[in-house]
Amino acid sequence: MKAPAVDYVRPHSLAEAVNLLTHASLEARVIAGGQSLLALMNLRVASPGLLIDIARLPELLSVADHADAVTLGACVTHAAIEDGRAADPSQGLMPRVASTLAYRAIRTRGTIGGSLALSDPAAEWPAVLAALDAEVVLYGSSGRRSLKCAEFATGIFQTRLAHNEIVESARVPKLSADARCGYVKLARKSGEFASALAVAVTDPRRGYSRVVLGAANGAPLVLADTSRLVAEGRRDPDALRGIIGGDLNRAADRHFDEFQRSLHMVAAMRAVQQVLA
Amino acid sequence: MTAIRLRVNDATVADDVPPRLSLADFLRERRNLTGTHLGCEHGVCGACTVLVDGEPARSCLMLAVACDERAVETIEGFARDPVIAALRRNFHQYHALQCGYCTPAMLITARDLILRKRAGSEREIRAGLAGNICRCTGYTNIVTAIAEAAREIGKEAPNAQ
Repeated sequence: MKAPAVDYVRPHSLAEAVNLLTHASLEARVIAGGQSLLALMNLRVASPGLLIDIARLPELLSVADHADAVTLGACVTHAAIEDGRAADPSQGLMPRVASTLAYRAIRTRGTIGGSLALSDPAAEWPAVLAALDAEVVLYGSSGRRSLKCAEFATGIFQTRLAHNEIVESARVPKLSADARCGYVKLARKSGEFASALAVAVTDPRRGYSRVVLGAANGAPLVLADTSRLVAEGRRDPDALRGIIGGDLNRAADRHFDEFQRSLHMVAAMRAVQQVLA
Repeated sequence: MTAIRLRVNDATVADDVPPRLSLADFLRERRNLTGTHLGCEHGVCGACTVLVDGEPARSCLMLAVACDERAVETIEGFARDPVIAALRRNFHQYHALQCGYCTPAMLITARDLILRKRAGSEREIRAGLAGNICRCTGYTNIVTAIAEAAREIGKEAPNAQ
């Protein structure tokens, strides 16, 4: 179908965009790459009254390479990350993830900030950025604040983003050179949304390990015991399966059926084995 | 209505468009460039793929207003492009189409794969085509044609990017 009638405005600064968002008389939505929002509008699932186009705001396109972290502007595209045109804090994990995200013609327009703001439960960045201990920086009418990505999403398409806030950037800590990452996306076709998604990161020099599941019937799911096991470097497959199973059992609120549980187990096992190999 | 001004196939175009108008409908209905096809209109089938500022994009998932001051190339704009010429020849040679609905976007996607050096193996080509659906061919002949075009282009200009 075609998108419903809508008004459109392209502000010249982030402050102007927030001002428009705060004072719009119509239901306003921020649009960047539009790769989810326009699909939802074409399907008539979303029908905002006003689109505020932030895709070209220079402050959202910038990438800052700090000593201990990289700050990626919200409108940096998946393709820029895939191609290494944006500085990579993750020893190759983020370009690898980006290359599995939808299709190239989507990646050239879709943005990392849009992915976080929407927080599709099956999307890659919410889980991957949670696994990297990244922070999301939000800009709103009362100023700027940052939240851990692991705490930003609260459910299916639900986040702590306030109605008058815009995702400004993601601040991703740099992994040490000897850090190890595992990433497994299970999908029936290349580029589809994941049926199961597991990310494992261990950085012994920083004393950091975390294993996170995506596509987990809710916000990204941190596997606490599995993360500890990875930190200890234990490789015994039976022990691994038992610990992952325990973490999955504790996530009773996710209501995994037998098939989903099996997919998550396989994804988590493979991701952890990539790290421990 | 919003006034826009953009480049379409190397010509400057100015128009007034309603914000809801997709780039695909702008190209087809306002510019009569009907080589850009619409299948699903939600980004899955790939038939509407064009280049925006040199990169492949779904024209069903872009608003015409958002293409103000950008450069768009459609299949009609590649008449003198050497990579498209090699692809066209090999699509013909290997019978890589039947109904032809997916073909313009297949060519544009395949050109991008070759230029980004992502057409080096059957596996790579198949992964790169995952976002372009063909309901006729079963892909075998499309993959063969792209592999052959990539080989020809590589031979002509081994260091070309």
